[in-house]
Amino acid sequence: MSDAKLSEKPGAVMAGVTQVVNWIDARMPLIETYEYHLSRYWAPKNFNIWYLFGVLSMVVLVNQLLTGIWLTMSYVPSGDKAFASVEYIMRDVEFGWLLRYLHSSGASAFFIVVYLHMFRGMMYGSYRKPRELIWLFGMAIFLVLMAEGFMGYLLPWGNMSYWGAQVIVSLVGAIPVVGADMMEWVRGDFLMSEITLNRFFALHVVALPIMLIMLVFLHIVALHHVGSNNPDGIDVKKHKDENGKPLDSIAFHPYYTIGHDLPAIVLFLIVFCSVVFFAPEMGGYFLEPPNFEQANPLKTPDHIAPVWYYTPFYAMLRAATYPLFGMDAKFWGFVVMVGAIALPAVLPWLDRSPVKSLRYKGAVSKGMLAMFIVSFFLLGWLGTQAASPFYTLLAQVGTAGYFAYFVLMPWYTRVEKTKPVPERVPA
Amino acid sequence: MSNGEVNLARRRFLIGATSVVGGAGVVGAAVPFLASWQPSAKAKALGAPVRADVSKLRPGEILGPLPEWRGKPIFVVKRTDAMLDQLEALEPMLADPGSARPSQQPSYAANRWRAREERKDLSVLIGICTHLGCSPKYYPEVGPQAFDGNWNGGYFCPCHGSKFDLSGRVYAGVPAPSNLEVPPYTFESDAIMLIGEDEESA
Repeated sequence: MSDAKLSEKPGAVMAGVTQVVNWIDARMPLIETYEYHLSRYWAPKNFNIWYLFGVLSMVVLVNQLLTGIWLTMSYVPSGDKAFASVEYIMRDVEFGWLLRYLHSSGASAFFIVVYLHMFRGMMYGSYRKPRELIWLFGMAIFLVLMAEGFMGYLLPWGNMSYWGAQVIVSLVGAIPVVGADMMEWVRGDFLMSEITLNRFFALHVVALPIMLIMLVFLHIVALHHVGSNNPDGIDVKKHKDENGKPLDSIAFHPYYTIGHDLPAIVLFLIVFCSVVFFAPEMGGYFLEPPNFEQANPLKTPDHIAPVWYYTPFYAMLRAATYPLFGMDAKFWGFVVMVGAIALPAVLPWLDRSPVKSLRYKGAVSKGMLAMFIVSFFLLGWLGTQAASPFYTLLAQVGTAGYFAYFVLMPWYTRVEKTKPVPERVPA
Repeated sequence: MSNGEVNLARRRFLIGATSVVGGAGVVGAAVPFLASWQPSAKAKALGAPVRADVSKLRPGEILGPLPEWRGKPIFVVKRTDAMLDQLEALEPMLADPGSARPSQQPSYAANRWRAREERKDLSVLIGICTHLGCSPKYYPEVGPQAFDGNWNGGYFCPCHGSKFDLSGRVYAGVPAPSNLEVPPYTFESDAIMLIGEDEESA
């Protein structure tokens, strides 16, 4: 007997609703799906605040889709009108400023919640068997998100849009032999131009969002198939009651949806709206000052820094300054950056610890994760600064720290002493 | 026809043949989508050669407003004799003083001046850094600069700190891997320069 089955209740309205639901349910698995993903999706009872960022990224995704669709109604993706159409949205379209700030601040918010969501996975070993595929789908989402942010940033056609995109597209030129031709192919021109703007627009508003939605769907389907991990990394499916419900789990709906996620969403929206209303430029970190000037192919801004969410990777790109094995430094910078972005994908196979969660791992793992975080923040800051010999040295140290966390993991997770993991979730 | 007997070999062959033909179809169908990203006829037409008037250019000056060829900024500089004379002394500090990379200049500019011998005072460069495509800035003055205490005059890229001499030759130990590109160019008269085309390539 399912608890969601709508039984006969007094009242004509309720009876009508029941009839409609039953009519649909006879034609598609409505109640079954509702139960599988919500009311009978058993989630471990020991979730903490780190388990909010998945649902918050869904909230931001909805915000981006909704405001994005509305922005395309007034935006013109052409070389001579793009910049002016953004100003038109800001000044003349009713609530256009709000739609745009929701979208531009939403991009930064997206990366904040996604980075925290990924850090949760690293901390509690959520990528470990049997959740490797969830992690891989998540990494694919992260990649698409980076592409979305990058292409979206070109659309306002400001001078930082223009030159930032020019720098990143030039990275393709670091690929040996075919690089120069590929750069022309990506741009569709000899330099960044309206042609490039048009194709980035198509990818940003059509192709990548479709990919993003499909990947999020797969991410959740895979998650609900194997069940959620928890802060202790305990397999809650080992101990079930006579109905097959794990003893240490509770129903996702209503306990987590209403009791855990809803208040968090409200709190998040308060913070998010404060940024949108009072600091949408975030001191130049969310919207950079040179972008209030129209794209000028003949004048590079004095200091090119990407938006904050790419700066750790940008710092690593710049950290490679020596030619090696007959390849120049530009090529190695490209390799280091691509490696830094791709490396987390293989975490499930790098981590050889007998335990999942950091709570039961040894001091070395804790130290390495701390070093990783320090490196990531250091690189993130360096990426916003103009290059100098000392900063380049710091970036090289940070890059070494970032890579050491991953590359040394098979070794340090195996040799360190771990704590015993309890059978049941501690009360 | 026999019932209940499955010819596995034939089934494998049919699956294989269908996959190969289908795969070829997918590759063929992908061609127009990928090829449509190439520069269009209009983009190529806009990349036509441009003319620049160098008659009013004074020694040491850069031609402004910057001419554009294929949408890229072009640096045309008339160098003084002093500028030309110091080029040789810089060579130990450069990564490619002899312009050995043929992709970076036409053959007639593969020399110390990276210019045509008969007008070696006139330097023509594509003003796009060979590192990540920023546009370097022209700093002709010899003397200490914020980015280099021992500056000998040349181009400095503010994005990632690459340095080039007055011939666009890259200094060793900077992010840019190669010298600034010299576009094909020729002279229609003493005053008018054609950038983007030369007798050698036309």
